[in-house]
Amino acid sequence: MTDDRTRGIDPALWRGLTEPRYSRRRFLRDAGVTVGGLSLASILAACGTKGVTTASGADAPNAGMGTPEWWGQQQLHNEFRFANWGYYIDTAHGEHPSLTKFTQDTGIQVNYFEDVNDNVQFYSKIRPDLQQGNDIGYDLIVSTDNDPPISQMVGFNWAIPLDQSKMTNFYKYSSDLIRDPSFDPGNKYTMGWQSGYTCLAYNSKFITEPITSLQSLFDPKYSGKIGMMGISSELGAIGLLALGKDPKASTPEEWQQAADKLMEQKPLVRSYYDSSYLRALKNEDIWITMAWSGDIFYAATYQGYDTLKVVIPDEGAMFWTDYMMIPYTAQNPLDAMTYMDSVFDPQVAAQIADYVGYVCPVPAAQEIIRTELDDPVVADSPTVFPTPEIEAVTHYYPSWADPNVVTGWNETFVPIFE
Amino acid sequence: MIAMGTAEAGPAEPAPGGPAPPRRRARRGKRLAPYFLGLPAGLWLAIFFLVPLVTMLSLSLQTCDPFTLACTLTWRWGRFGEVFSAHTTQFARSFMYAGAATVLDLLVAFPLVYWIAFRARRKSVFLMLLLVPFFVSYVIRTILWQFILSDNGVVLGSLKAAHLLPERFHVLNTGFAVVAGLAYSYFPFAALPMYVALERIDKGYIEAAFDLYAHRATMLRRIVWPLALPGIFAAVLLTFVPAAGDYVNATLLGGTSSTMIGNVIQNEFLVFSDYPSASALSAILMAIMLVGIFIYARALGTRSIEEYV
Repeated sequence: MTDDRTRGIDPALWRGLTEPRYSRRRFLRDAGVTVGGLSLASILAACGTKGVTTASGADAPNAGMGTPEWWGQQQLHNEFRFANWGYYIDTAHGEHPSLTKFTQDTGIQVNYFEDVNDNVQFYSKIRPDLQQGNDIGYDLIVSTDNDPPISQMVGFNWAIPLDQSKMTNFYKYSSDLIRDPSFDPGNKYTMGWQSGYTCLAYNSKFITEPITSLQSLFDPKYSGKIGMMGISSELGAIGLLALGKDPKASTPEEWQQAADKLMEQKPLVRSYYDSSYLRALKNEDIWITMAWSGDIFYAATYQGYDTLKVVIPDEGAMFWTDYMMIPYTAQNPLDAMTYMDSVFDPQVAAQIADYVGYVCPVPAAQEIIRTELDDPVVADSPTVFPTPEIEAVTHYYPSWADPNVVTGWNETFVPIFE
Repeated sequence: MIAMGTAEAGPAEPAPGGPAPPRRRARRGKRLAPYFLGLPAGLWLAIFFLVPLVTMLSLSLQTCDPFTLACTLTWRWGRFGEVFSAHTTQFARSFMYAGAATVLDLLVAFPLVYWIAFRARRKSVFLMLLLVPFFVSYVIRTILWQFILSDNGVVLGSLKAAHLLPERFHVLNTGFAVVAGLAYSYFPFAALPMYVALERIDKGYIEAAFDLYAHRATMLRRIVWPLALPGIFAAVLLTFVPAAGDYVNATLLGGTSSTMIGNVIQNEFLVFSDYPSASALSAILMAIMLVGIFIYARALGTRSIEEYV
């Protein structure tokens, strides 16, 4: 025994490593000395946070920014940092041709980051820095109006007012669908990037009957093969549409009815997905699901999943738009501003729309895609260039600018997938 | 702790002759050495453990405006009860899943590391194989399971084609998939501590047991098991604790009724921006674990370590 213990290792070291009593007492004594000097309550209280100043005017974080004089003082730095969703810009051989073209034309280098994976999570990441006034690492960010962050950021005065004199392409070519969002009348702070529908998708390999209604998501025949989104805004909106209610005008009582309906549906649902619903659909784990129009269009058109179908259901579809904004902490606002307007040039818009397959913010791009890019599939797709029939059944989200709406909505719908 | 033991050994030898100043200085250096050596670890603990911990505890007693996130300390202890009773299902599920994954890991890992420790020729090769999956990110490995286990994927697809499984059978998005995922994710944490304990066993004891006509089972029960206990103790801790707080497996492999407490905390943080509730839930999780570990250590851990090592 003794031989074994002393071999190679000092017995005292062993004792030190293995006997907890001695060290614990010692530790407690030392810790007591350290902590004793400080009152616990004072430490705990010191952790309180100030929160956001909701003040506008002179006290606003973006005070003095974005005036014509302010823009006049800004200089190009020939680069800016752009945070966007993945698969949301034209891509070829690991590069983004429209960005390369922009750099050639203007000399402005675009550092493009596909860092947005979820509006709320991305917001949670940048929010502390925005609150403190630190650089968030991006000069241009994109956020979708189906979730609360974009209206909050505008409401908190965290966006630099845009240089209206540099929005020539926007005012000349952009579609009415993305103008004057409720949280930003007159496009003072934001411009749309792309839009899309939250609608229905199914795999025609397994479902041969024509799908036209959201009620198919509640059909016991597809039990275990139904996908829903575990995203509170989307899940609730589709629940309301299935009940025949307009989400934008809905009341808390109607939310509860929708939540009850979704709760009843729960045993049929395979899982509540985030953007991973697409993988489950491609892997054939689910046959019918809530979906984002462009995802399905792209998978079916370019990735060979040609049995996937996207449907704008009879009850309607949710229309959302991703909005670009320049945070007040931006280091290169003029470069970002220059880029923002350039994407409304029909040539650029066509190049992007032809790849991403979401709703194009520039109607004039349709002819360019059809003739110059020779891609009638995209040009004729009603989920890229919406037809009047689709616009007639388009619905919008409630106003997330009201914090009570956000909290009440989440408290109603989050328990379904939790 | 290491150097403390050595320092203690110092005074045991009587100081010969008068006290020489340089020697005393040397002694004091010797006495302070452990504190200097412990300084980096102490700072690390203070900055990355104590500060966040105190922040979390403080936050759990604050009240925040959900919109502006302005928080003030209001000592609202009632929140602990509220968030706990609202999420008892997820707490219970987390401990059940983590417990099942831990048992699964022990059952699979023990024979394996026993074999590596006592029978295998090239131990390092097998240990390496245990660690190889760690070269790939944990989330990516879990996503890969989605492909492997998908309804018409390599495994289930082939079995269904052979009519061995019904058409709608699925593994993904079930509680079983989550437990299996947890067991897979934390397997090396169960295997390696047990390996270390087994490897350290003097083979002479085993020979002695056989020399004394012990059955193989008796030998395992009387020699290997008690000597392996500290390793098993560590394995259970290293597997159970992170598994109970895990949310990746439940997100990627779980279904409609397999959310764990980690997912709830994540939602409280990211969806509701309700930092106090999220902190309170985290604090409760920590408290339950600490109490559990304390009882467990009393019952099995420390005594065994003191007795057997």
